[in-house]
Amino acid sequence: MSLLDVENLTLQFRTDEGIITAVDNVSFSLEPGEVMGLVGESGSGKSVTAKSLMKLNPGNAIYSDDTKITLHLDSGPVDVMALRNAREMEVVRGGAVSMIFQEPMASFAPAISIGRQMVEQLLVHSDMNKKQAKDLSIEMLDRVGISDASTRFDQYAFELSGGMRQRAMIAMALSTKPKLLIADEPTTALDVTIQAQVIDLMKDLVTEFNMGIIFITHDLGVVAQTADKVAVMYLGRMVEQGPVREVIRHPHHPYTQGLIAALPKLDDLEAPLVPVPGDIPSPLERPPGCVFHTRCSKIIGDVCKTDVPQWVQTAENHRAACHLCEEGSGA
Amino acid sequence: MSDTPLISTDGLSVTFRINAGAFKKFDLKAVEGISIDIPKGSFFGIVGESGSGKTTLGRALLKAVDISEGTATYDDGEVEYDLKDLSKVDLFEYRKRAQLIFQDPYAALSPRMTVRDIIAEPLEVMGITKTRTDTDERVREIAAKCRLNLEHLRRFPHAFSGGQRQRISIARALVSGPKFIVADESVAALDVSIQADVLNLLKQIQSEMGLTFMFISHDLSVVAHTCDHVAVMYLGRIVESATTSELFAQPRHPYTKALFSAIPSLDPDDRGTAQKLEGEIPSPTNQPPGCKFHTRCPFAIDICKSTEPKLEKSPDGHAVSCHRWQELLDESAA
Repeated sequence: MSLLDVENLTLQFRTDEGIITAVDNVSFSLEPGEVMGLVGESGSGKSVTAKSLMKLNPGNAIYSDDTKITLHLDSGPVDVMALRNAREMEVVRGGAVSMIFQEPMASFAPAISIGRQMVEQLLVHSDMNKKQAKDLSIEMLDRVGISDASTRFDQYAFELSGGMRQRAMIAMALSTKPKLLIADEPTTALDVTIQAQVIDLMKDLVTEFNMGIIFITHDLGVVAQTADKVAVMYLGRMVEQGPVREVIRHPHHPYTQGLIAALPKLDDLEAPLVPVPGDIPSPLERPPGCVFHTRCSKIIGDVCKTDVPQWVQTAENHRAACHLCEEGSGA
Repeated sequence: MSDTPLISTDGLSVTFRINAGAFKKFDLKAVEGISIDIPKGSFFGIVGESGSGKTTLGRALLKAVDISEGTATYDDGEVEYDLKDLSKVDLFEYRKRAQLIFQDPYAALSPRMTVRDIIAEPLEVMGITKTRTDTDERVREIAAKCRLNLEHLRRFPHAFSGGQRQRISIARALVSGPKFIVADESVAALDVSIQADVLNLLKQIQSEMGLTFMFISHDLSVVAHTCDHVAVMYLGRIVESATTSELFAQPRHPYTKALFSAIPSLDPDDRGTAQKLEGEIPSPTNQPPGCKFHTRCPFAIDICKSTEPKLEKSPDGHAVSCHRWQELLDESAA
């Protein structure tokens, strides 16, 4: 049975300038122990999608009526949309679902020691006493490769280096033994050498804890190294979904193809860098039809400008939303 | 490219004095003993992790921080400056010739100024143009080069995306007609799809205007595609320096090799094959003795812990500072 089912997630924000559609009809599911890479550029709605799973979006967010997010736990299914108050939401906020943010310095409270913050959340989400919570926190810090964990426990976020802080963040997120971990650009602020360490660590932990991970990133290299499957988002819509090998080797959507072409590659230094032309449009001026048609180099005619493309199955579990795609064949 | 380098440094060091309490002061050596030549018209890359001193080196060459020891000279064929002791008048002139492009295009542009005013400000401050018509003409000319249109000039920065903002920052840096540009992580904050566009623009501007770039980045794959010469920094020192093709074909320093293998491969079947580096870069206030890299180096032997290796330059111009590079190279060839 799947761990998470998201169906028809549509989310709008009420703002002074009007209603902004941030996520448009997104559906996906995740198995336990599976890592899904969620890829797209800034403004594509990937963070907002992830935050919806914890109902972390601000008060001006409007979810559509047919939005359905179901989390299948041992204790039975949880309908995330039906959670109303903070007490009910504890289960998805740090309980069965944990989140790692991009900037660990901004995510830890600066004036409270790392240890106290770790203990605090354990006291909320489990029936441990302070002593047990402290022991577990130190054990987790040790587990993520922080040396001298009992000293680090009493230190503050500013006393740790960037890589160390992100490790502490991971230790904190995992100490409640979540079933689903959402990692929002967890390695973007880190140096490559430290990024490699953190990726390794996360891979080890998936196997050990058998949890599902949603890994948000704009770096397809990181996805290739971590994910089992990939979902590509553009301007609030999911445009391609499939197993990681399929999507990276045989991308069908022109946007995915563009993202791969834009990456500097080390095996051919002379190859020119091909940007995806133009900029992502403002969410206030969402193009009609296929949202990508304003930047697409493979536009096939008016149909792209008027009709929203439907999902086309191109291989097993691999699908793309593009008018170019036809069943079973590549674009 | 002519023979005299645009920027030439010898043993350049930057030391910061840190106040740690009322009577406690100590020195932090952010950059130490840098000797580089940046040829005219080149795209010179500086690579390293955070804390390696690459930004400080860039700022020292722009005179945004003081040079503590060593020499640095600037020679563009018209004027020559000794960057260590610049008089106020010379510094004013040097600012027109050397400019910086910042990392974060969201923080670098004033939200209260129109794009036109942002680009025009250096002209007015430096007194380059005399009349408003001159200024406007110059702004329009440079904006067109950076692919901004006239419509854009009337707007405020908040109306622009990351890539467009970075183009505005570039226009502002170029407007005074500089010869030397330091681009400090100028594409790090951008999405990959936009990053390629900005890199292509920088390359195009460089060849059109005959500029010399110092391109600071932590991303080796970006550097590989843009620069013609690369220097790798670790804890304030240059550990390896070579032409891009040479460095990428045959990295000699274990740190450079580790940086390469840490780049996530786009091949999903190529997982976990890379040789990973343990630990983190040491604090510059507490530097290890000997080779600064020995605490993380998988090949460290006793001599590495006691004696600091010199930057040895082979006849082909490939310089490396490692006690064992020759040995390791022979080993891998065998």
